[in-house]
Amino acid sequence: MSTAPNRESAAPGIRQHRVEAVNDASRRKLYKKREPIYPQLVQGKFRLAKWVFLLLSLGAYYFIPFLRWDRGPSAPDQAVLIDFEGHRFYFFFIEIWPQEIYFVSGLLIMAALALFLVTALFGRVWCGYACPQTVWTDLFIAVERMFEGDRNKRIKLDRARWSFNKAWRKTGKHIVWLFIAAATGGAWILYFHDAYDTLSHFFTGGSPLSAYLFFGILTFMTYTLAGTMREQVCTYMCPWPRIQAAMTDRDALNVAYRVDRGEPRGAHKKNDSWDGRGDCIDCKACVVACPMGIDIRNGSQLECIQCALCIDACDDIMLKVDRPTGLITYDTDVNIDRRIEGKKPVYRFLRPRVLVYAISLVIVSSVMLFGLTSRAHLDVNVTRDRNPNFVTLSDGSVRNGYTLKVINRTHDVLEYSITIDGPDGLNWRILGQNEARGLIVDVPAGRTQDFRIFLTVPRSAITAANQPVTFTVSPQGSDETLSADTVFLSGGSR
Amino acid sequence: MSDDHIDEESGIATTGHEWDGIRELDNPMPRWWLWVFYASIVWSIGYWVLMPAWPALPGMQGHTTGVVGNSERVNVAADLDALQSSRADSFAELESASGYDVIEADPVLFRFALAAGESAFGNFCATCHGAGAQGFVGYPNLNDDVWLWGGSFDAIRTTIRYGIRSDHPDTHFSQMPAFGADGLLSREDVRHVRDYVLSLSGNAGFEAAALNAGGEIFASQCATCHGDNGTGDVSQGAPDLTDAIWLYGGSAEQVEASIWRGPFGVMPAWEGRLDDPTITALATYVYSLGGGEIAPANNGAGGE
Repeated sequence: MSTAPNRESAAPGIRQHRVEAVNDASRRKLYKKREPIYPQLVQGKFRLAKWVFLLLSLGAYYFIPFLRWDRGPSAPDQAVLIDFEGHRFYFFFIEIWPQEIYFVSGLLIMAALALFLVTALFGRVWCGYACPQTVWTDLFIAVERMFEGDRNKRIKLDRARWSFNKAWRKTGKHIVWLFIAAATGGAWILYFHDAYDTLSHFFTGGSPLSAYLFFGILTFMTYTLAGTMREQVCTYMCPWPRIQAAMTDRDALNVAYRVDRGEPRGAHKKNDSWDGRGDCIDCKACVVACPMGIDIRNGSQLECIQCALCIDACDDIMLKVDRPTGLITYDTDVNIDRRIEGKKPVYRFLRPRVLVYAISLVIVSSVMLFGLTSRAHLDVNVTRDRNPNFVTLSDGSVRNGYTLKVINRTHDVLEYSITIDGPDGLNWRILGQNEARGLIVDVPAGRTQDFRIFLTVPRSAITAANQPVTFTVSPQGSDETLSADTVFLSGGSR
Repeated sequence: MSDDHIDEESGIATTGHEWDGIRELDNPMPRWWLWVFYASIVWSIGYWVLMPAWPALPGMQGHTTGVVGNSERVNVAADLDALQSSRADSFAELESASGYDVIEADPVLFRFALAAGESAFGNFCATCHGAGAQGFVGYPNLNDDVWLWGGSFDAIRTTIRYGIRSDHPDTHFSQMPAFGADGLLSREDVRHVRDYVLSLSGNAGFEAAALNAGGEIFASQCATCHGDNGTGDVSQGAPDLTDAIWLYGGSAEQVEASIWRGPFGVMPAWEGRLDDPTITALATYVYSLGGGEIAPANNGAGGE
């Protein structure tokens, strides 16, 4: 910084430049120290809704692996199971095979569209209520509060010297956190292998290494992200807050401070008039309640996860000072401006983007539903040998080899009869087939079975280089038939 | 930075760049992010020490091997060994199986034998017989029903084991004379025999005189091995000359060339190079290609 009295010259005849080093440390900091946040407990309808959702979602997460669903003896009876060993995904009555992975893709697309739709209508409700980061952080803060007390006590405890009182409160908190984290990691692995089986082996060291590995990762992540990282995850690590900017617009509901009602803010003395001033008494109850540590009165900010706890905090205060509630409320950017201009608020929920999201969601879910309900329990396809394409036998007849794949998605062994239509005088042979059974084959429950079938056609019946062949498969005692078309190659008649 | 780079609305410095009117706020990084960065540097140093990391240092061969001595090459070898030993039971079962019927009757063993056989075939046999065992001129097609040295499961296994005209003492051996090249027959005689041989498989249009002369020579020179009717002799590996399959080609030129020079096809003996269960698996696979003799008789007419 220059303190030279003459800005133009540093010394006689030498001009002083108006410039400063770009990395001058006094001007800006490259790294920001984390400000500790001590959210205060609030009471109100949004807090209650969040408690209820917390109980429901965590309850579902921890207990769903123990639900049973009878699928017969050939399949696992866990209601929700991602069975990598058996190559299946079970979800109650739905059973997804590896070649149907598009159902899972469809589910993810539906989840994304639902997220877009909800964000376009109501802002970041996912972040505020449903995101696991929010839910577990909420639970971890509740534990912290249990051991260390509410905001003021926690601040005091953190500033206090180490003592027995501080030590046991901190230790107790971390033990309970670790226990919840371990339960989270523990429940995760129950989704990938039979829950009861896993539980009985887990504590004796009998589970596979991957189970312990994922248990460890999930436990560590839960403990770190929900216990120590908290708001840092949402502000710095999560991409969704960046994406959401594209999902919302000025007509989407946001947690917002009613500038028109609140300003000018200031302390209010008893018996003072409310005329000529705003309802905001600048008590900062909304700031201390905020788990992100921000001031909602500065308008919508990227840090805000829209958990609505500031609404509860402010409503409580408004009731105490006998002013109407809703100084902080769900509102749209459009209405904030309109209110300042003295116009009536308008709510436009049917906007093009909302319609596009909604229609896409309906289309995708209809396609999924149709696909799920109409998918076949049986499937058949045939591959003709290509190397060699055909074999000439010593008597001049020609043989082709085929692999017939029969897929049985039911939970019973099925007996199928195969019918082969092709050139006249066709002879068939199924490799490894017991001759007494002829063209009747078994396919085990939930399996794909390959059959090697040789077709031989006498020279006299060969009329073209390429003659059609159809394999028709029908489960015994059923009208259902499935066909697979192919050809018989021979190099042509001589 | 000059004051030009301060965003008016937020009062925060920008990076100073502008893209289509969009500027980027230069918000400070959280301090912990920096610590994560340092931690990852420390991690990488530990990784260098523990794991293979650097190419050869001066005066050193290969690369730094790391303290824990991890090597992907060794890991893969161990995985392959583990795989092999996990299949030991199936191979043992295959070794003790007395015949094709026993293997075929056990679907699991049968599938195992076919898979092991197909893999071994690709490694050791496909070079000559082709990836689909379709053969080439001089190398038999193993899909068809012609077997010079016998097409039963046991015969195929014997052939694989000892080879044909190989250096194994138990090998199949026979030799067709090079009638023309060694001066046993004149070119004209060879052509007469050629016409006669072609006529055996139903080809017509030859001169009666040539057929007569050829027939006489055939009876004296060829019938010992190929039989009086030309139907061949499996015990000597002498092909059936009356069928539609020609190992060395069935055109007049090709048949004449075969008589002139006397084919001498060689297949190596695989005993000692492949273990017994692998040979059994190969025989199962080759037999199952569809050409094996005494095929299970559940042939049936097409249609219903």
